Amino acid sequence: MYVAVKGGEAAITNAHALLADRRRGDRSLPALTIEQIAEQLGLAVDRVMAEASLYDRSLAALAVRQSRGDLIEAIFLLRAYRTTLPRFGSSVPVDTAAMKVERRVSATYKDLPGGQLLGPTFDYTHRLLDPSLLTDEAIADPARKEASGDEIMRVSDILAHEGLIEPDGDLPDDHAAGDLTREPLEFPMGRDLRLQALARGDEGFLLALGYSTQRGYGRNHPFVGEIRIGEVEVEMDMPELGFPVSLGRIQLTECQMINQFKGSSIAPPQFTRGYGLVFGQSERKAMSMSLVDRALRAEELGEDITAPAQDEEFVISHSDNVQATGFVEHLKLPHYVDFQAELAMVRKMRADIEATRHADTEMKDAAE
Amino acid sequence: MSADLATYNFAYLDEQTKRMIRRAILKAIAIPGYQVPFASREMPMPYGWGTGGVQVTAAIIGPDDVLKVIDQGADDTTNAVSIRAFFQKVASVAVTTHTKDATIIQTRHRIPEQKLTEGQVLVYQVPIPEPLRFLEPRETETRKMHALEEYGLMHVKLYEDIAHNGRISKTYAYPVKVDGRYVMDPSPTPKFDNPKMHMSDALQLFGAGREKRIYAVPPHTEVVSLDFEDHPFEIQTFEQDCALCGAHGVYLDEVVLDDQGGRMFVCSDTDHCEDRRDHGHVGEMLAPNKEAAE
Repeated sequence: MYVAVKGGEAAITNAHALLADRRRGDRSLPALTIEQIAEQLGLAVDRVMAEASLYDRSLAALAVRQSRGDLIEAIFLLRAYRTTLPRFGSSVPVDTAAMKVERRVSATYKDLPGGQLLGPTFDYTHRLLDPSLLTDEAIADPARKEASGDEIMRVSDILAHEGLIEPDGDLPDDHAAGDLTREPLEFPMGRDLRLQALARGDEGFLLALGYSTQRGYGRNHPFVGEIRIGEVEVEMDMPELGFPVSLGRIQLTECQMINQFKGSSIAPPQFTRGYGLVFGQSERKAMSMSLVDRALRAEELGEDITAPAQDEEFVISHSDNVQATGFVEHLKLPHYVDFQAELAMVRKMRADIEATRHADTEMKDAAE
Repeated sequence: MSADLATYNFAYLDEQTKRMIRRAILKAIAIPGYQVPFASREMPMPYGWGTGGVQVTAAIIGPDDVLKVIDQGADDTTNAVSIRAFFQKVASVAVTTHTKDATIIQTRHRIPEQKLTEGQVLVYQVPIPEPLRFLEPRETETRKMHALEEYGLMHVKLYEDIAHNGRISKTYAYPVKVDGRYVMDPSPTPKFDNPKMHMSDALQLFGAGREKRIYAVPPHTEVVSLDFEDHPFEIQTFEQDCALCGAHGVYLDEVVLDDQGGRMFVCSDTDHCEDRRDHGHVGEMLAPNKEAAE
């Protein structure tokens, strides 16, 4: 006897209880603390903050714990929280030239004012599993140098001095930066919205697209003008006060990609820019973002659009991993009503073919 | 980190957002079948799982409303249970499984069998709102096609279908023309349900969260399924009646009983089926003297 599939409610409750159990794991082991995640899995926390577009280390660490380390799930949790927060204004543009730099490298100059600073990088580590990390061995304090306090000039400014790189573009004074989390997305987009979409886009997707431009699908001859990681001040204009007030400091990764450009009828030959800016420390993301940003400027610069990375609608419509994972995973929801319709159609079409074949044979038999 | 992390407004969305969505809904009602872009929010459930429908419902629901949520026609499918529980939690609203008692019905993939009445609102969850999407992937192009009422491509597609298969083989998400103007995707409901949209007494709202579109069919609006004179639109028919309630002329689900090809057909609309059984209708499977007869 058929019993209707009842009890969805109990099943869901039980599934969530089991999830909580698996998340906690072996109770004889101490539970992870939010502080431990924020301190010791800092790059995971950075990725969650960047792609959730919410700068809050402890909430991001909470999301990482709650999602059992599934970072896209953590990004989703943090975004769903972010969307409920009131928007009370926009900061003044952050000044990355005034960044308290912890890392700064340029691939275009051997030495330059401000110097090259490696900072805390995986670069040049040998990727050998380190047995000392199996235990909690004491870690020596790192070498430190007193900050000079001087601003470290941007590499793009060196080139701009000679007019060898395109200007950074001027916006009218009353330009209000768009916000795709508040306004409907429409194509074609302004570069501000595009950069916002890229900044919160999936690291893996942008990495693959950036990589594709290097392999010839929309090649744009990039050089890393500069990557810098460090803290900047976030300030906001207070109408009552008439001057900007500091809201605090955030860590950012900025990448300025410098790309060849042979010039066009309107612009002389000069270098062009691709830009990447990401919350926290994520060089891979910032570099990928700047490659894709430059690729998406193809139309503006009068280049042929031949590759996926140059196609704004394609890139921006598919760069959001929370949207992508939701829609891909919705395929596991029941679709049996539609499947029933398809079943009936396929059966009917097969029956028609069978009937035609049968009629043909009968005619043939009769003729013989 | 603040302790009041999880305090939310009535029906989850903040009032500004609700106002923005209501404006989109009003515009959608004013231009039947036109897809209105709206600034879809991140919801606490995944994109593709009904975020559009949930936002529409959240924007129109009030404390006096009675909500019904169905998925595949059933009230007890897991995602319907989850969405209903969400509104009970964030809006402490009354819920029901009875079609006739509901003021708002949120649905995925079905329209209830029972005729909807004036004052009721049917909210559809829509995955891909653009009926022309699979003919033209670019939004910039499809919006232009709608603006120019350039629907030739769709008719060519349907014609090609007939040329290949001898019939229009689209069985769900079957395109309709609304109020003689916009071609619209009815969401992936089986084409069986298309006629119910025509001249409905209820207001029909469609929300696509991931694609950020809202559209509507106001009450008493013409909704015509696209077809050709020599290949008129037809809905699915079932040879069997519902095995539980004996209903005929309703949409049925096929339930596989064993691995020997045994199967039965039951109402996809569970409320309709239960209501009929409560009124004494009995299908083949529940007939009391079934074994005796054998």
